[in-house]
Amino acid sequence: MKVKEIARLVDGEIVGAPVDETYEVKKAFASDLMSDVLRFHMDDTVLITGLCNNQTMRTSEMADLRVVLIGRDKQPDEDMLELAEDADITIIKSKYSIFKLSGILYAAGLEPLY
Amino acid sequence: MHYTFNIERGNFTDAGQASSSVKRTLKQLGVDPANIKRTVVALFEAEINAVAHAYGGTIDVDIDGEKIVMVVADQGPGIPNLDLAMQEGWSTASAKVREMGYGAGMGLPNIKKNTDDLKIDTEVGVGTTVTMTVYLI
Ligand SMILES: Nc1ncnc2c1ncn2[C@@H]1O[C@H](COP(=O)(O)OP(=O)(O)O)[C@@H](O)[C@H]1O
Ligand SMILES: [Mg+2]
Repeated sequence: MKVKEIARLVDGEIVGAPVDETYEVKKAFASDLMSDVLRFHMDDTVLITGLCNNQTMRTSEMADLRVVLIGRDKQPDEDMLELAEDADITIIKSKYSIFKLSGILYAAGLEPLY
Repeated sequence: MHYTFNIERGNFTDAGQASSSVKRTLKQLGVDPANIKRTVVALFEAEINAVAHAYGGTIDVDIDGEKIVMVVADQGPGIPNLDLAMQEGWSTASAKVREMGYGAGMGLPNIKKNTDDLKIDTEVGVGTTVTMTVYLI
Protein backbone atom coordinates (compact mmCIF):
# COMPACT_ATOMS: atom_id res chain seq x y z
CA MET A 1 0.00 0.00 0.00
CA LYS A 2 1.39 3.39 -0.96
CA VAL A 3 1.97 6.03 1.72
CA LYS A 4 -0.51 8.43 0.14
CA GLU A 5 -3.16 5.72 0.10
CA ILE A 6 -2.67 5.21 3.84
CA ALA A 7 -2.99 8.96 4.40
CA ARG A 8 -6.19 9.03 2.35
CA LEU A 9 -7.73 6.11 4.25
CA VAL A 10 -7.14 7.71 7.66
CA ASP A 11 -7.99 11.28 6.64
CA GLY A 12 -4.40 12.06 7.47
CA GLU A 13 -2.05 14.91 6.77
CA ILE A 14 1.48 14.24 5.57
CA VAL A 15 4.37 16.06 7.29
CA GLY A 16 8.06 15.35 7.92
CA ALA A 17 10.14 13.87 5.09
CA PRO A 18 8.63 13.91 1.59
CA VAL A 19 6.76 10.79 0.49
CA ASP A 20 8.71 8.18 -1.45
CA GLU A 21 6.14 7.41 -4.16
CA THR A 22 7.73 4.04 -4.87
CA TYR A 23 7.66 2.78 -1.28
CA GLU A 24 5.20 -0.06 -0.61
CA VAL A 25 4.03 -0.53 2.97
CA LYS A 26 3.09 -4.15 3.64
CA LYS A 27 2.73 -4.39 7.42
CA ALA A 28 1.69 -2.35 10.44
CA PHE A 29 2.63 -2.37 14.10
CA ALA A 30 0.81 -0.35 16.76
CA SER A 31 2.62 0.61 19.95
CA ASP A 32 3.27 3.47 22.34
CA LEU A 33 6.18 1.54 23.83
CA MET A 34 9.38 2.46 22.07
CA SER A 35 11.42 -0.41 23.50
CA ASP A 36 8.92 -2.80 21.92
CA VAL A 37 9.38 -1.12 18.56
CA LEU A 38 13.10 -1.82 18.87
CA ARG A 39 12.56 -5.55 19.37
CA PHE A 40 11.28 -6.36 15.90
CA HIS A 41 12.25 -6.14 12.26
CA MET A 42 10.32 -3.26 10.79
CA ASP A 43 10.90 -3.82 7.09
CA ASP A 44 8.06 -2.40 4.98
CA THR A 45 6.17 -1.57 8.17
CA VAL A 46 4.24 1.51 9.25
CA LEU A 47 4.33 2.31 12.97
CA ILE A 48 0.96 3.41 14.35
CA THR A 49 1.43 5.32 17.59
CA GLY A 50 -0.04 7.90 19.93
CA LEU A 51 3.38 8.78 21.29
CA CYS A 52 4.32 12.10 19.76
CA ASN A 53 7.75 13.33 20.85
CA ASN A 54 11.40 13.36 19.80
CA GLN A 55 11.85 9.83 21.04
CA THR A 56 9.22 8.57 18.61
CA MET A 57 11.45 9.81 15.82
CA ARG A 58 14.73 8.62 17.34
CA THR A 59 13.30 5.17 17.92
CA SER A 60 11.86 5.03 14.41
CA GLU A 61 15.24 6.03 13.03
CA MET A 62 17.01 3.21 14.90
CA ALA A 63 14.31 0.73 13.84
CA ASP A 64 14.72 1.68 10.15
CA LEU A 65 11.10 2.80 9.94
CA ARG A 66 10.26 5.06 7.03
CA VAL A 67 6.62 5.90 7.78
CA VAL A 68 5.03 6.73 11.13
CA LEU A 69 1.28 7.21 11.57
CA ILE A 70 0.50 9.40 14.58
CA GLY A 71 -3.05 9.15 15.89
CA ARG A 72 -5.27 10.81 18.48
CA ASP A 73 -4.76 14.22 16.86
CA LYS A 74 -1.31 14.68 18.40
CA GLN A 75 0.73 17.51 16.90
CA PRO A 76 4.44 17.03 16.18
CA ASP A 77 6.48 20.11 17.12
CA GLU A 78 9.21 21.76 15.01
CA ASP A 79 11.96 19.78 16.70
CA MET A 80 10.25 16.51 15.91
CA LEU A 81 9.62 17.46 12.29
CA GLU A 82 13.28 18.34 11.90
CA LEU A 83 14.30 14.96 13.29
CA ALA A 84 11.86 13.29 10.88
CA GLU A 85 13.34 15.11 7.91
CA ASP A 86 16.92 14.34 8.96
CA ALA A 87 16.10 10.65 9.36
CA ASP A 88 14.02 10.57 6.17
CA ILE A 89 10.82 9.56 7.94
CA THR A 90 7.41 10.52 6.59
CA ILE A 91 4.81 11.30 9.24
CA ILE A 92 1.09 10.90 8.66
CA LYS A 93 -0.97 12.57 11.38
CA SER A 94 -4.59 11.69 11.92
CA LYS A 95 -7.40 12.63 14.28
CA TYR A 96 -8.47 9.00 14.65
CA SER A 97 -7.79 6.80 17.68
CA ILE A 98 -5.20 4.02 17.47
CA PHE A 99 -7.95 1.40 17.47
CA LYS A 100 -9.72 3.05 14.56
CA LEU A 101 -6.50 3.54 12.58
CA SER A 102 -5.57 -0.09 13.12
CA GLY A 103 -9.03 -1.28 12.10
CA ILE A 104 -9.07 0.77 8.92
CA LEU A 105 -5.63 -0.35 7.80
CA TYR A 106 -6.22 -3.98 8.73
CA ALA A 107 -9.44 -4.00 6.72
CA ALA A 108 -7.62 -2.38 3.82
CA GLY A 109 -5.14 -5.25 3.71
CA LEU A 110 -2.07 -4.30 5.74
CA GLU A 111 -0.64 -7.34 7.51
CA PRO A 112 0.05 -7.43 11.24
CA LEU A 113 3.76 -7.62 12.06
CA TYR A 114 2.95 -10.88 13.84
CA MET B 1 38.22 4.84 14.14
CA HIS B 2 37.27 6.23 17.51
CA TYR B 3 34.30 8.38 18.43
CA THR B 4 33.35 9.92 21.77
CA PHE B 5 30.02 11.41 22.87
CA ASN B 6 28.60 12.91 26.04
CA ILE B 7 25.20 11.94 27.41
CA GLU B 8 23.22 14.39 29.52
CA ARG B 9 21.15 13.29 32.46
CA GLY B 10 17.40 13.35 31.90
CA ASN B 11 17.70 15.10 28.54
CA PHE B 12 15.08 13.35 26.44
CA THR B 13 15.16 16.10 23.83
CA ASP B 14 18.62 15.10 22.69
CA ALA B 15 18.74 11.47 23.82
CA GLY B 16 19.63 9.29 20.87
CA GLN B 17 21.86 11.85 19.18
CA ALA B 18 24.96 9.73 19.66
CA SER B 19 23.27 6.59 18.31
CA SER B 20 21.97 8.59 15.35
CA SER B 21 25.45 9.88 14.61
CA VAL B 22 26.94 6.38 14.84
CA LYS B 23 24.24 5.11 12.48
CA ARG B 24 25.22 7.71 9.89
CA THR B 25 28.89 6.82 10.21
CA LEU B 26 28.25 3.09 9.80
CA LYS B 27 26.17 3.78 6.69
CA GLN B 28 28.97 5.88 5.22
CA LEU B 29 31.44 3.10 5.96
CA GLY B 30 29.26 0.70 4.00
CA VAL B 31 28.50 -1.65 6.91
CA ASP B 32 25.62 -3.97 5.96
CA PRO B 33 22.11 -2.91 7.10
CA ALA B 34 21.49 -5.89 9.40
CA ASN B 35 24.67 -5.21 11.38
CA ILE B 36 23.93 -1.48 11.46
CA LYS B 37 20.48 -2.14 12.86
CA ARG B 38 21.59 -4.42 15.71
CA THR B 39 24.49 -2.12 16.56
CA VAL B 40 22.42 1.04 16.81
CA VAL B 41 19.49 -0.63 18.58
CA ALA B 42 21.88 -1.87 21.31
CA LEU B 43 23.68 1.45 21.55
CA PHE B 44 20.43 3.39 21.63
CA GLU B 45 18.98 1.31 24.48
CA ALA B 46 22.21 1.78 26.47
CA GLU B 47 22.21 5.49 25.72
CA ILE B 48 18.59 5.81 26.87
CA ASN B 49 19.44 3.91 30.06
CA ALA B 50 22.24 6.35 30.87
CA VAL B 51 19.81 9.26 30.35
CA ALA B 52 16.89 7.63 32.13
CA HIS B 53 18.43 5.73 35.04
CA ALA B 54 21.81 7.39 35.61
CA TYR B 55 23.28 10.89 35.69
CA GLY B 56 24.42 10.94 32.08
CA GLY B 57 27.87 9.76 31.05
CA THR B 58 30.03 9.06 28.03
CA ILE B 59 29.93 6.85 24.97
CA ASP B 60 33.05 5.55 23.28
CA VAL B 61 32.79 3.74 19.97
CA ASP B 62 35.64 1.96 18.21
CA ILE B 63 35.15 0.65 14.71
CA ASP B 64 37.59 -1.46 12.73
CA GLY B 65 37.17 -3.82 9.83
CA GLU B 66 36.08 -6.73 11.95
CA LYS B 67 34.15 -5.35 14.92
CA ILE B 68 32.40 -2.46 16.63
CA VAL B 69 33.07 -1.96 20.32
CA MET B 70 30.79 0.41 22.23
CA VAL B 71 31.34 1.49 25.82
CA VAL B 72 28.59 3.41 27.61
CA ALA B 73 29.83 4.56 31.01
CA ASP B 74 27.90 6.50 33.63
CA GLN B 75 28.44 7.76 37.15
CA GLY B 76 24.93 6.77 38.14
CA PRO B 77 23.42 4.84 41.03
CA GLY B 78 24.57 1.44 39.71
CA ILE B 79 22.40 -1.66 39.38
CA PRO B 80 21.86 -3.50 42.70
CA ASN B 81 20.69 -6.78 41.17
CA LEU B 82 21.96 -7.32 37.64
CA ASP B 83 20.26 -10.71 37.17
CA LEU B 84 16.93 -9.07 37.88
CA ALA B 85 17.70 -6.10 35.61
CA MET B 86 18.51 -8.47 32.75
CA GLN B 87 15.05 -10.05 32.95
CA GLU B 88 12.41 -9.05 30.43
CA GLY B 89 9.87 -6.74 32.02
CA TRP B 90 11.91 -5.68 35.04
CA SER B 91 12.04 -1.89 35.31
CA THR B 92 12.45 0.84 37.89
CA ALA B 93 11.73 3.58 35.34
CA SER B 94 10.14 6.79 36.61
CA ALA B 95 6.80 8.16 35.40
CA LYS B 96 8.69 10.69 33.26
CA VAL B 97 10.66 7.94 31.55
CA ARG B 98 7.46 6.01 30.86
CA GLU B 99 5.89 9.09 29.32
CA MET B 100 8.76 9.12 26.85
CA GLY B 101 7.84 5.62 25.69
CA TYR B 102 10.47 3.71 27.67
CA GLY B 103 10.45 1.70 30.87
CA ALA B 104 9.07 -1.60 29.60
CA GLY B 105 12.09 -3.41 30.98
CA MET B 106 13.04 -4.68 27.54
CA GLY B 107 16.23 -2.64 27.03
CA LEU B 108 18.95 -4.78 28.59
CA PRO B 109 17.52 -8.09 27.25
CA ASN B 110 17.37 -6.53 23.79
CA ILE B 111 20.96 -5.29 24.06
CA LYS B 112 21.97 -8.85 24.90
CA LYS B 113 20.05 -10.21 21.93
CA ASN B 114 21.55 -7.73 19.45
CA THR B 115 25.22 -7.94 20.42
CA ASP B 116 27.78 -10.73 20.20
CA ASP B 117 29.36 -9.84 23.48
CA LEU B 118 27.96 -7.90 26.45
CA LYS B 119 29.77 -6.99 29.64
CA ILE B 120 28.15 -4.93 32.40
CA ASP B 121 30.31 -3.63 35.24
CA THR B 122 28.20 -1.98 37.87
CA GLU B 123 28.65 -0.83 41.44
CA VAL B 124 25.97 0.69 43.60
CA GLY B 125 26.72 4.36 44.27
CA VAL B 126 29.56 4.42 41.73
CA GLY B 127 28.16 3.77 38.28
CA THR B 128 27.64 1.40 35.40
CA THR B 129 29.78 0.59 32.39
CA VAL B 130 28.16 -1.33 29.56
CA THR B 131 30.57 -2.77 26.98
CA MET B 132 28.99 -4.13 23.80
CA THR B 133 30.71 -5.81 20.87
CA VAL B 134 29.30 -6.53 17.45
CA TYR B 135 31.39 -8.65 15.09
CA LEU B 136 31.12 -7.69 11.45
CA ILE B 137 32.68 -10.84 10.04
N1 LIG C 1 22.81 2.70 33.43
C1 LIG C 1 22.00 2.28 34.42
N2 LIG C 1 22.13 2.78 35.67
C2 LIG C 1 21.32 2.36 36.68
N3 LIG C 1 20.33 1.44 36.53
C3 LIG C 1 20.17 0.92 35.30
C4 LIG C 1 20.97 1.30 34.18
N4 LIG C 1 20.58 0.58 33.11
C5 LIG C 1 19.57 -0.19 33.53
N5 LIG C 1 19.31 -0.01 34.84
C6 LIG C 1 18.31 -0.72 35.68
O1 LIG C 1 17.90 -1.91 35.01
C7 LIG C 1 16.49 -1.87 34.76
C8 LIG C 1 16.18 -2.56 33.45
O2 LIG C 1 16.74 -1.85 32.36
P1 LIG C 1 16.11 -2.04 30.91
O3 LIG C 1 16.07 -3.50 30.60
O4 LIG C 1 16.83 -1.17 29.95
O5 LIG C 1 14.60 -1.57 31.10
P2 LIG C 1 14.00 -0.09 31.27
O6 LIG C 1 15.05 0.89 30.86
O7 LIG C 1 12.83 -0.09 30.37
O8 LIG C 1 13.62 0.05 32.70
C9 LIG C 1 16.14 -0.39 34.81
O9 LIG C 1 14.79 -0.15 35.08
C10 LIG C 1 17.06 0.11 35.91
O10 LIG C 1 16.54 -0.24 37.18
MG1 LIG D 1 16.20 0.71 29.21
